[in-house]
Amino acid sequence: MKVLQIINTAYRATIEEQDDTVVWLTHAMTGAGGDFDVLLAGNAVNYTVERQDAAGLSFGDWRQTQPPRLGHDVAGLIGKHVRVYVVDEDVREIGLTAVTQVDGFTRIARAELADLFDHYDQIWRW
Amino acid sequence: MSMSSKSTLTVVLMDAPFESARTTTAMRLLDIAARRGYDINVFAYEGAVYLPFARQTQHPNAVHGHDTAEENHPLPKDWVTALIAAAERNGGSIDWANCGLCVDERGADEAVEGVRRGTPADLVDFAARSDNTLVIPTS
Repeated sequence: MKVLQIINTAYRATIEEQDDTVVWLTHAMTGAGGDFDVLLAGNAVNYTVERQDAAGLSFGDWRQTQPPRLGHDVAGLIGKHVRVYVVDEDVREIGLTAVTQVDGFTRIARAELADLFDHYDQIWRW
Repeated sequence: MSMSSKSTLTVVLMDAPFESARTTTAMRLLDIAARRGYDINVFAYEGAVYLPFARQTQHPNAVHGHDTAEENHPLPKDWVTALIAAAERNGGSIDWANCGLCVDERGADEAVEGVRRGTPADLVDFAARSDNTLVIPTS
């Protein structure tokens, strides 16, 4: 069974969790033998930006030592042969064309999404 | 799939209780499936692990002018218990797995009977054995 995970909302508790929970879940389920791909849409296309830096959070004497590394985590999925698609219009609309993005993801136009969905048994939209 | 055939459904929940109407809607969908005797898998992720949290308690509501008994405040843990019973009564089942790490980070390790600790591997297995999977994420 092949599943496409659509991540359409970004940065949900990424500071507290130190990752994106759906990216994390996809890593874990892939490790458990699941067959998953990912589609980043909306503001989640920003997860492909390589040099995000959320380090430095502190409250009083407490310091965060393991901030989220979202570009790294997306690259890690690609390294596990998870195909990561990114909606091209969303990339351009939020102006990511001039920043360095992780290698290996596939840009896809909104008009191509229906055909993409046909390749999956299930679509999970998060 | 015919209307009379028995289905197996997986539902993924993510919202914490008392914060979103999505939870009530999800429970209503589970109720329909339970009444039909379906085999239902629930994977509770993140805040949803608090849905079956055993230490939920009712409270009075001074704004309503009600004491605790009069207010009879709904508790999602009771909904979970009722849904599990309804599924069994109608020849189906609910296998409710709380994401274990989500439980740990919240200290939500006291759940009502019928709820078990799970992992992402359970969700993979649930989905593979189901006719379909419905994800109801937080926003």
